[in-house]
Amino acid sequence: MVLVVLDHDGNRLRKGSLEALTRARDLAQALGGKVAGVLLAEEKAPVEEARKYVEVLYTATLGPYTAEKWAAGVLKAAEASGAKAVVAPSSRQSRAYLGRVAYALRAGLLEDTLESRLEGGEVHATRYAYLNRVTQRVKAALPVVLTVKPNTTPLAEPLGGEAEVVALSVPEVPTVEVLERLQEEKKGVSLTEADVVVTGGRGMGSAEAFGLVEELAALLGGAVGATRAVVDAGWRPYAEQVGQTGKTVQPSLYIALGVSGAVQHLAGMNKSKYIVAVNKDPEAPIFKHADYGIVGDVHQVLPALIEAVKKLKD
Amino acid sequence: MKFVAVIRQVPDGESRLRVQGDRVDLSGATMILDQMDEYAVEEALRLKEKHGGEAVVVGFGPERTEEAIRTALAMGMDRGVHVVYEGFADPVAVAEALVEVLKEEAPTLVLTGGQQADWDSQALGGALAEALGVPVVAWTTALELEGDTAKAKHDLDEGAEWVRVRLPAVFTTQQGLNEPRYPTLPGIMKAKKKEIRKVQARLTPKVTLISEEIQEKSRLGKILDGKDPVAAAEELVRLLHEEAKVI
Repeated sequence: MVLVVLDHDGNRLRKGSLEALTRARDLAQALGGKVAGVLLAEEKAPVEEARKYVEVLYTATLGPYTAEKWAAGVLKAAEASGAKAVVAPSSRQSRAYLGRVAYALRAGLLEDTLESRLEGGEVHATRYAYLNRVTQRVKAALPVVLTVKPNTTPLAEPLGGEAEVVALSVPEVPTVEVLERLQEEKKGVSLTEADVVVTGGRGMGSAEAFGLVEELAALLGGAVGATRAVVDAGWRPYAEQVGQTGKTVQPSLYIALGVSGAVQHLAGMNKSKYIVAVNKDPEAPIFKHADYGIVGDVHQVLPALIEAVKKLKD
Repeated sequence: MKFVAVIRQVPDGESRLRVQGDRVDLSGATMILDQMDEYAVEEALRLKEKHGGEAVVVGFGPERTEEAIRTALAMGMDRGVHVVYEGFADPVAVAEALVEVLKEEAPTLVLTGGQQADWDSQALGGALAEALGVPVVAWTTALELEGDTAKAKHDLDEGAEWVRVRLPAVFTTQQGLNEPRYPTLPGIMKAKKKEIRKVQARLTPKVTLISEEIQEKSRLGKILDGKDPVAAAEELVRLLHEEAKVI
């Protein structure tokens, strides 16, 4: 049996869950077993949607997220299903609580994998290392815990049946008390899942200038990113930071506006399919990593870009 | 009170990486205290300065890791423990190797970087917390002690939150938590005399590294002149639509 952790927003499964399902099914097929799902919720979970994708579905309502509770829930489902592998979409939170799960199972932890397969009773996977600059091939014997990097894997289709739903009883664990949740303003798609990311750097000059970055991102159905300098200046929240100390993104299109291209920033976006740079300095390192670019003043080019995209859409 | 920072030594992000055979060759790289772990060292120092007690740096890795431990000592940590291990070790195995030392130290809290700059792993904090049987707060951006609890702010996938956690606990650190200090010359002199206890790591690797390769994606490098911003923008949008087909 392979267990897949189904991440969701309370109403729908996230795209990453459908990628994790594809990987889980591949492993289950190679192992000659089935796929069980675990759906952990603060309050509400898309149970009806989730049961279409797996052969048995474990659920638990746990209250506010803590790594301890989520780890306990996954461990309980792993035990109940007899899973030899746990597959989950890769996220900041999953990579924290699955560290607990892997240690508890003394399992090999394959984080943020690009692909995975069973070979000679071991799970082989590829992943990036050294700030996304190196591709590693790694392997681990079963049991394994595996996280799936977003945008690497085809999305799974429903199975055509409806899985039996099993409510888990998750033991109380020494835990963390959540005092106050600071919600991110929901503006369009989430940064790590976005297919288009528009990032502003120090060259934007002010917090106000990000109004146009938001406008371009919205036009392209994408998300706004920021560099460390921008976040340090207080123009944008940490949650939007792309780079070594921020989020890693791999969209089809990454647009870097007024971004110089420091290694720490590149580490968060250098695997994007297409990289576009706008910078007035022709020597800016970002141009060495760009597919397309404009050497010019971002304050003139960005409004023109917005107009050009609008024209295209009409 | 005792504040422990768990650190590793990694290549500087600006260093040129080479691959020799099928492994990254670090012989020409500048090796540094992982910048994410620097936030852990700085926070341990600040907690000690505010609440008293001891700040201990625990380093994991090959012999050369001693340099990174010395850097932390030069920043002001009181003493070091070096758990020596040559080669690749996954976070579960590292936690196995560190748990004995950490239990012996009985820290008030443990800090470590949110992501490792060599393996790009984010799991050590969680694995250490499980090994110690204590809670973990990941991606911490603010931390205050209040009696036998800590109040902390940390990032989630979407947004952030304030939490209260009973100590001991593990915190993973990141940018925003503090601004790490530079070692001073007197600090560097003092660090030479500070104790570093050596322990041979006992662990069973769970993950095997098969090969490594550098795959720099070659980029198209089509750079337009933006003197006429409108023309350049229209040409760029045309290329993205017709050639790259991404909009």
